[in-house]
Order: sequence, then structure tokens, then C-alpha cells
Amino acid sequence: MDVVVCVKQVPDTEQPIRVRPDGGGVEEQGLNWILNYYDEHAVEEALRVREKHGGTVTVVCVGPARATEALRTALAMGADEAVHVQDPALDGADHLGVARVLAETIRQLRYDLVLCGRLATDDNASVVGPALAEYLGLPQATAISRLDISDGVAAVEREVEGGVEVLQVPLPAVFTVERTINEPRYPTLPGIMKAKRKEIRTLGLRDLGLEPGQVGAEAARVRYSRFDPPPRREAGRVVTPDSPEEGARLIAQFLQETAKVL
Amino acid sequence: MDFALSEEHRLVQQTARDFATREILPVASRLDAEHRFPAEIVRGLAELGLMGVMVPEEYGGAGMDNVAYVLAMEEVARACASTAAILSVNNSLVCDPILRYGTEPQKRRYLPVLASGREIGCYCLTEPQAGSDAASLQTTGRLDGDSWVLNGTKVFVTNAREAWVFIVYARTEPEPGARGISAFIVERDHPGISVGKVERKMGLLASSTCEVLLQDCRVPRDNLLGAPGEGFKVALSTLDGGRIGIAAQAVGIARAALEESVAYARERRQFGRPIAEFQAIQWKIADMATRIDAARLLTLRAAWLRDQGKRCTAEASMAKLFASETAMFAAHQGVQIFGGYGYIKDYPVERYFRDAKITEIYEGTSEIQRLVIARNLLA
Repeated sequence: MDVVVCVKQVPDTEQPIRVRPDGGGVEEQGLNWILNYYDEHAVEEALRVREKHGGTVTVVCVGPARATEALRTALAMGADEAVHVQDPALDGADHLGVARVLAETIRQLRYDLVLCGRLATDDNASVVGPALAEYLGLPQATAISRLDISDGVAAVEREVEGGVEVLQVPLPAVFTVERTINEPRYPTLPGIMKAKRKEIRTLGLRDLGLEPGQVGAEAARVRYSRFDPPPRREAGRVVTPDSPEEGARLIAQFLQETAKVL
Repeated sequence: MDFALSEEHRLVQQTARDFATREILPVASRLDAEHRFPAEIVRGLAELGLMGVMVPEEYGGAGMDNVAYVLAMEEVARACASTAAILSVNNSLVCDPILRYGTEPQKRRYLPVLASGREIGCYCLTEPQAGSDAASLQTTGRLDGDSWVLNGTKVFVTNAREAWVFIVYARTEPEPGARGISAFIVERDHPGISVGKVERKMGLLASSTCEVLLQDCRVPRDNLLGAPGEGFKVALSTLDGGRIGIAAQAVGIARAALEESVAYARERRQFGRPIAEFQAIQWKIADMATRIDAARLLTLRAAWLRDQGKRCTAEASMAKLFASETAMFAAHQGVQIFGGYGYIKDYPVERYFRDAKITEIYEGTSEIQRLVIARNLLA
């Protein structure tokens, strides 16, 4: 079972994210970049598939030079190979552009299964996985919380309103994973040393037979007009009631008159 | 000149940070309150390769360097100083001398077990009458047939209650002072070694600090570590590395105090606004951050020097001195910023305050570090 995992490098949301004064994006200076959490779960699931069924795990990333580190993290977790597509023509590419580049990259690889995170924690779009499945012409299931494979068919579970949906999907297929699917392993120090010795294959658009006009900024159907920081959180109001009844009345009054949710 | 970490160092930092944040931070306060040895966390650290960071892969270690070690130490200490102490002793004071001075059979027997965290080690140098003046130690070792026979009492031994391997220093020659001291590897199952009183401490409550008793303790002849009479040299070179680790531990404690202080100063309101808007608080935060950064740079420089195989005695002492005093300063300021809440156990700065103090004392007091630094300039 050869598994391809698509990964993205995103800013660590544990740190404050600041919007650039010109509103054109986030301030990248001083950000800590990490492997997207959801993709960590996708890598983990791929490693578990390999442990159970044999085969290989290849991680693929479309992103700038710094994104190599996200691939290195996946290699340190235990992935076998890594492919990094970087091309200046991809500046300004939208989700569909990235999905198309990933599709052309994956076409060049051996695969039985493609895994992605359900979303990336930077823009929360959830577009690339489903679009990738369309470009590859493969069946897909999104936000899966369980994956079992036997005889070329995947049984996957999706948590839906009020229950669990169970699907049988013939492979090859594209799945995006929910964070409940597993508990990712930490990259170990020996794993980091091994990852250091592995080569990351770098490709440009030309290697994929793609033109900048097909996937780059020109082709983008989504353009960001402006970024605004979230409004500053106001301090809470403290009330000191004389009795529980009085407290309940004050809260109800607040919900009705100030918050206007009742 | 380049202040950027290499990719693998950043990965080590990130993996240690993730592990510390998810697995250690949530339980650190409880470990402290219950005086509980974090056995499960030590297993987790071992799985990551952190119990033998600098042990080569052929002996079951991670095969990384001092820079990786101090980066990981800072992250662990930021979550729990006790756990960092356990880590520091195993790496710096036990694996390191075995690696540097051990014979091939010694390396093969001990390093894989210690680096995998199946067992941990401890370091027995200090005695009731020999603290800063370690060369005056009185524990004796004499050769009897195929065994060394050790007699004496060691104190303030971190990890002793849980340890399998004890690095023990004893006087094997009649000469007084540094000459005549030898180092030994003693196992818990060797006859005549026992763990005495477990000390009740101010801080580092999740790690054990014990008395170790050697009563006609018989150790195989081959368990001498290094040449006979070379023990003090082993001790001093081991401490160079150890002090770099303690410096990183201190940086971690200081950073924890800073992070908690920043978060609290933003939330806590007095006089109608967050206390972060008062200059009195801002200056404390600025001073903490500046000293922490300087301490971290000194620590990384010392680690880098040791990785280059260069002499780093004075630099290790400077890092340890400055970082430990920074930990104490930052914890002190942290408690002050929290005010009354800093004095109670519901907030972690109270623990940082208790944990920080030891970094100014163990592996050479601040006074001894100043002595080492001054000697380096004046001798």
C-alpha cells in the first residue's frame, strides 16, 4: 500500500499572529512555522497503514523554500520520501491552483491512497483535499475519523450530525482526516537524524508540465482583498449578586438586553 | 556569524516543545504537589531519544550534540524543572562520563540501557563534609582481589532512589586533595550499596535527592571509570557539560516565569486596566526577557564550544552562573507581578520560585562559578 500525504506548513497558532499594517496579509517576521496539525494526523495515519499493510509513505508539499521543514518533520516521524514543489510562479496561487499542482505531482508517484488534513489552520479553507480528488478523478471522503483497509477497499467513518457515517470506498481514493482519527507520534531524535540524511526531491512547474498561467496568480479565482485583526476582546463584567436568584436575574437581563441572544 | 538554528536543531526544539507542552505541562503542578517521580514521562522522553541525546546511535542513543541537548532541556524545564533535573543527571552526569572515559565493554553494557531509559543513573560526588571542596572527599576505595571495596557516605544524589547506575567518586590513593581520587560505576545490585535518607526539599519535588551509603560495597575491578587516580579529572570535565545543562534548565524555568507573567499581566486588571499597561510591570517584563535572552545565548555558545571539542570551562561556568541567577531573578519578578496570587500554589510561579533556587547551588554554587571564571582570567 503506497500512501501519499499532502502537507502544508502553517504559522504556529500558539503564538500571536499579527496582521501587516497594509492589511495585505499576516506579518511573517518572527513567526514559528510548523507542520499543520491536521496534516500531522494524516502522516500518522499513513504510517499506521504502512505498518499494517507494508508499502511506502511519500509526503508532498507545495510551498516556499521554508516549507522544507514541514516535510522534514514528516520524514522525522517516519515517512520514506518527500517531494517539495516550489516555484516563484506559485506566489499568489489559490487553493485550486495548489490542488492542481498536487494532482500533477501525485500522478508522477506510485500511490494507492492519498491522505490530507481536513483543513489547514492558517486559512481553514478545506478546499485542497476535495479539489485534488476531482483533479485526480478519484473518489473521496472528507473529515474521516477512522480508516480500515482490506482487499483494495477502504472502510471509513465520518462523524456527522447525530451519528457516524460509514462508507466503503474503492481505492485509490483521496481522504481528508479529522483530528480524532489518531494520536500522532512525536518525531524522535534518531528519526530527526535519519530525516536529515534523506533527500527531499524538489520540483518546479516545468517538471510537472504546468504553465504559470494555469495554476499561478493569473489563474487564481480567489483574491484576498484585505486582512483585519480580530477585534480586541473587552474585559468581562463582574456582578456581585446578594443571592443566586439575583445572580440568575442579572445574567438573564444581560443576555436579553446587552448580548441580545435571548 | 549566524544565530539561526540548523533545521535538525529546530526540529529537536519543536518536538521537545510539543512533548513538554502536551505531556508534561498539564501534570507538572500535580507531580510537585505529590512529590511523585514522573516515571511515565521519563519513558516518553526516552522514546524520543532524550535520555541519551549525545550517546552515539551505535550505543542506542540519539547521536546528537550539546546544542540539541540544551534546546531540549530548556523546553522540558519550562514545563517541569524536576523532570529536567532527572534528564540532566542521566545525560550529562552519567552517560557523558561513561562515553568519554568508559572502556568499550562499559559503554556496551551501560549506555544502551541508560539511553533507552529502561534504567536511569545518578552521580555521587558530594559528601557531608565535601561540597564545594569536592577534592576533600573521604569515601575510600581499595582493591581486594578482583573487586574494589568502597566505603563512605554520599549526599544530595539526584535520582538515587530510582537509579540503576551510580557514578561514585572515592579516594583510592593515600594522597590528599584531587590526586588519588578515582571514579567507579556501581550498580544498584552490587552488594553494599544502599539508598539512605530521601531529603525533603524546597523545590524539585518530583525528583528524588538522597543519601547513598557505601558499606564494604564490592564492585568488579573492571568497573573503574577512567584510570586510577584520574577521578577528579573525570569529575571536572563531566561538570563542564553538566553546567551547560543546568544553564539550559535555568533558562527554561526563567522562560516559564516570563510566559506566565506576560499572560497574567495582560489579563489582570487593576485601577481599571490591565496591569500590563503599567510601566512598573513593563520594566520587569523587559528586564526578564533581556536577561533570559542573554542567558540562552551564553548557554548555546557554551554548548557549541563543547560540540567543537574546544575547552569551555569558563564559558560553561559563565552560562551556568548567569542563567541560574536569571532564573532566580525571573521567578522573583514573576511572583511580584502575580502579587498575592504568586504566593499561593494555584499559580505556577510559586513553584518556579522554589525550583529556581537550586540552579544557583547544585553542580557548583554561584560562588564556585565565579571562582572558576576568575581563575581562568587571573591564573
